[in-house]
Amino acid sequence: MALDRSFIGRTYPPTEPYEVGREKIREFADAVGDPNPAYRDRAAAEKLGYPDVIAPPTFPIVLSMRAGGQVVADPELGLDYSRVVHGEQRFVYARPVRAGDRLTAVVTVENIRSGGGNDIITTRADLSTVEGEHVVTAYVTLVARGTAAREQEG
Amino acid sequence: MPATVSYDDVRVGTELPARTFPVRRLDLVMYAGASGDFNVIHWNERLATAVGLPNVIAHGMFTMAEAARVLTDWAGDPGAVVEYGVRFTRPVVVPDDDRGAELEVTGVVAEKLDGNRVVVELSAVSAGQAVLGKARAVLRLA
Repeated sequence: MALDRSFIGRTYPPTEPYEVGREKIREFADAVGDPNPAYRDRAAAEKLGYPDVIAPPTFPIVLSMRAGGQVVADPELGLDYSRVVHGEQRFVYARPVRAGDRLTAVVTVENIRSGGGNDIITTRADLSTVEGEHVVTAYVTLVARGTAAREQEG
Repeated sequence: MPATVSYDDVRVGTELPARTFPVRRLDLVMYAGASGDFNVIHWNERLATAVGLPNVIAHGMFTMAEAARVLTDWAGDPGAVVEYGVRFTRPVVVPDDDRGAELEVTGVVAEKLDGNRVVVELSAVSAGQAVLGKARAVLRLA
């Protein structure tokens, strides 16, 4: 069954603040094999003009995926998560995430459509500091394969 | 904060240094732990093949992270990346051997914008097939 398009525009409550730690950034950088000193060494980050180590560009997924779980798990929406694949991802940055940031995410359903027998839902997560500074917006498009009408190989 | 690559030294068609990244099972286990994405298709061959995949596949976000390194290594300042988006078109299939898969990433300046910004289009290929589509970033250069 196709997803309910009346969910477009729905906004979920802000998530609890997530405090970005230096060692978490280092762990993430290690996991993607990136030795860039700006992710590890405060002095190197300061040379680039930042007050502390910064996080790699895709680090915000750690927060946005967790925040997006509110939509995925919303029983009213009824997304079949067992059929969901990650279709698209986009980040728009005001500045890099950095150690010491305390970030909350506000998730909004941007669009819901059907295509090729699939349900396709796009959400955005606006990540801001608890002080109210916007840092990055993460857009994710999830594809629920075959749930709109027929099974299709993606 | 300005990057080390100068806007004036860049033209449409400028190629970013290409990179080839290994994608091994260990990388996926580490990425699962660091990102919190423990979907079984990224580490359990039995369950991955049960849902019709040829083998364990890489997290799309791992592939996106590797491709970003071509941008950030070129720019010097990772904060030069002001926008970055991809479409996940094909999975990177990661066999259970010591070599794993390889991911070849190339990038080219596709457009120069105002405000010292440039558009970079990326290509990411594994096992001879494109695994990302519409991979595109906007960078603010010095």
